[in-house]
Amino acid sequence: MSHITKQSLSELIKNIKDKKLSSTEVTKAFVERSEKSKELNAYVTEDFSAAIDKAKRFDQKPNLDLKLPGIPMAVKDLFCTKNIKTTAGSKILNNFIPTYESTVTQNIWNEGAILLGKLNCDEFAMGSSNETSFFGNVQNPIDKDLVPGGSSGGSSSAVAAQLTPITIGTDTGGSIRQPASFTGIVGLKPTYGSCSRYGIVAFASSLDQAGPMAQNVKDCALLHEVISSYDEKDSTSIDFKRNNYSKELTNNIKGKKIGIPKEYRVDGMPKEIEDLWKKGIDYVKDCGAEIIDISLPHTNYALPTYYIVAPAEASSNLARYDGVKYGFRADGENLIDMYEKTRSEGFGAEVQRRIMIGTYVLSSGYYDAYYLKAQKVRKLIKNDFDEAYKKVDAILTPSTPSSAFKIGEKTNDPVSMYLNDIFTVPVNLAGLPGISIPAGHDAKGYPLGLQIIGKAFDEQNLLNIAYAMEEKINFKNKITDWWIK
Amino acid sequence: MSIDLKTIKHISKLSRISVDENKAEKLAGDLNSIFEFIEKLNELNTGNVEPLTSVAETTLKLRSDKVKSKNLREQIIKNSPQENEDYFVVPKVIE
Repeated sequence: MSHITKQSLSELIKNIKDKKLSSTEVTKAFVERSEKSKELNAYVTEDFSAAIDKAKRFDQKPNLDLKLPGIPMAVKDLFCTKNIKTTAGSKILNNFIPTYESTVTQNIWNEGAILLGKLNCDEFAMGSSNETSFFGNVQNPIDKDLVPGGSSGGSSSAVAAQLTPITIGTDTGGSIRQPASFTGIVGLKPTYGSCSRYGIVAFASSLDQAGPMAQNVKDCALLHEVISSYDEKDSTSIDFKRNNYSKELTNNIKGKKIGIPKEYRVDGMPKEIEDLWKKGIDYVKDCGAEIIDISLPHTNYALPTYYIVAPAEASSNLARYDGVKYGFRADGENLIDMYEKTRSEGFGAEVQRRIMIGTYVLSSGYYDAYYLKAQKVRKLIKNDFDEAYKKVDAILTPSTPSSAFKIGEKTNDPVSMYLNDIFTVPVNLAGLPGISIPAGHDAKGYPLGLQIIGKAFDEQNLLNIAYAMEEKINFKNKITDWWIK
Repeated sequence: MSIDLKTIKHISKLSRISVDENKAEKLAGDLNSIFEFIEKLNELNTGNVEPLTSVAETTLKLRSDKVKSKNLREQIIKNSPQENEDYFVVPKVIE
């Protein structure tokens, strides 16, 4: 048996079910490795001793019929966890202890998993490098001083570094898929409405979705099966027939039609990304799928649309942080002064910038020119996908326009940071599912990902294509444990 | 289009975020480069396009109008920065 933390979720479950490993042994192994990995700064809140206690209790009376029997896992600190601090990576929530549990995490605990702790992320999930977190940068286990992507940067770092066998992130414009790509792991953004948003700190409500992150497609499918549920506490949760995604997983994708959108061949894209994409096309052909050239003509308008819609919704969602009901409060001379100082001292620079953009595009006299215009373009972007899906079953693209960059490299130029999400943002705008799978390395040895975009509610097909490709790609992540002394 | 310091002051007031001179200048620079990028949308003629307000093409579910959770007062007050028995406390608003 390989070392516990090196095992995939599926292996761990099998070993626990076969009584070759106990939950306590598994939990202790991940706690021990997490404790040796402080330099990564992946955790905001550790709950290690409680986790070991829970594992011991599980072992006293193990229920091995559960889907995640005694499996320890850490989650992004954007999910409210009852009685455990939930910060969203922000100073303004640094003292917030939820009195309720998010539906997605509740689904996970109901299947026997055990919370290890809460993982770092960009403040309110606004960022692509985890550099906007109040709790500092997260290191990418691939190399020192490399960003792990964002906003689910603590999540990607923790899975790649084997501090947790699996995790969950949230994805508003690429926040699961881009960090997955930067760290050589698998990340799925489900169809909008597939996973409940109840108890997730809101960023942009028409775009936010929770999703699984794992070391391989099968683990990702199993975790997705656990977290996806209809929930009446989320008015946008959709009641559709959900599959047993992991059981129904197959690598037989013969005859599937895969679209290649010409507009994703952007100016200045490094040759290695272009080559990776070509290799991906060969892999799906090898699997017996058919390649079809398609056009998504409004692709170039997706990012500008996103940077109106997302800040607009954020400015409205974040109005609740007023220093009255919960969170940080600064002293002020009067009520208004207290609000203004609380929000100025409690939010970081990127969050303030986005609230300002959102406030402006929704303000009197500018609503039609910006917000309404963006909603119309969003319709055109969705129409592009609807048109394409008359001809194809799924779409294959690179996940990101480059590999991971160095900490500090893009912090002074917001627009260049935003360009990271060029391939992922259209998927959120159209409400579709997308998955990033590791597919190769660049010249520096950094991982590169490919993205598969599916039809709405067609996660099974998406996972099947990813599963078939994964087998052909046979990716090995290059983790040297450089941070462990 | 250009966002000047006066506009920044106005947005800061609307969004209840205090902004000093230094911060206002930096924000004006950032916002101008972001809006330059956003202006790209004006290339498109969207006269006849219906705005997309929801990607989820379902009608909202109805439910019976029943109280499901009760006695949450303590939980709701629990995280407030300053509390006084059953109330949220704010700086004095009436002279």
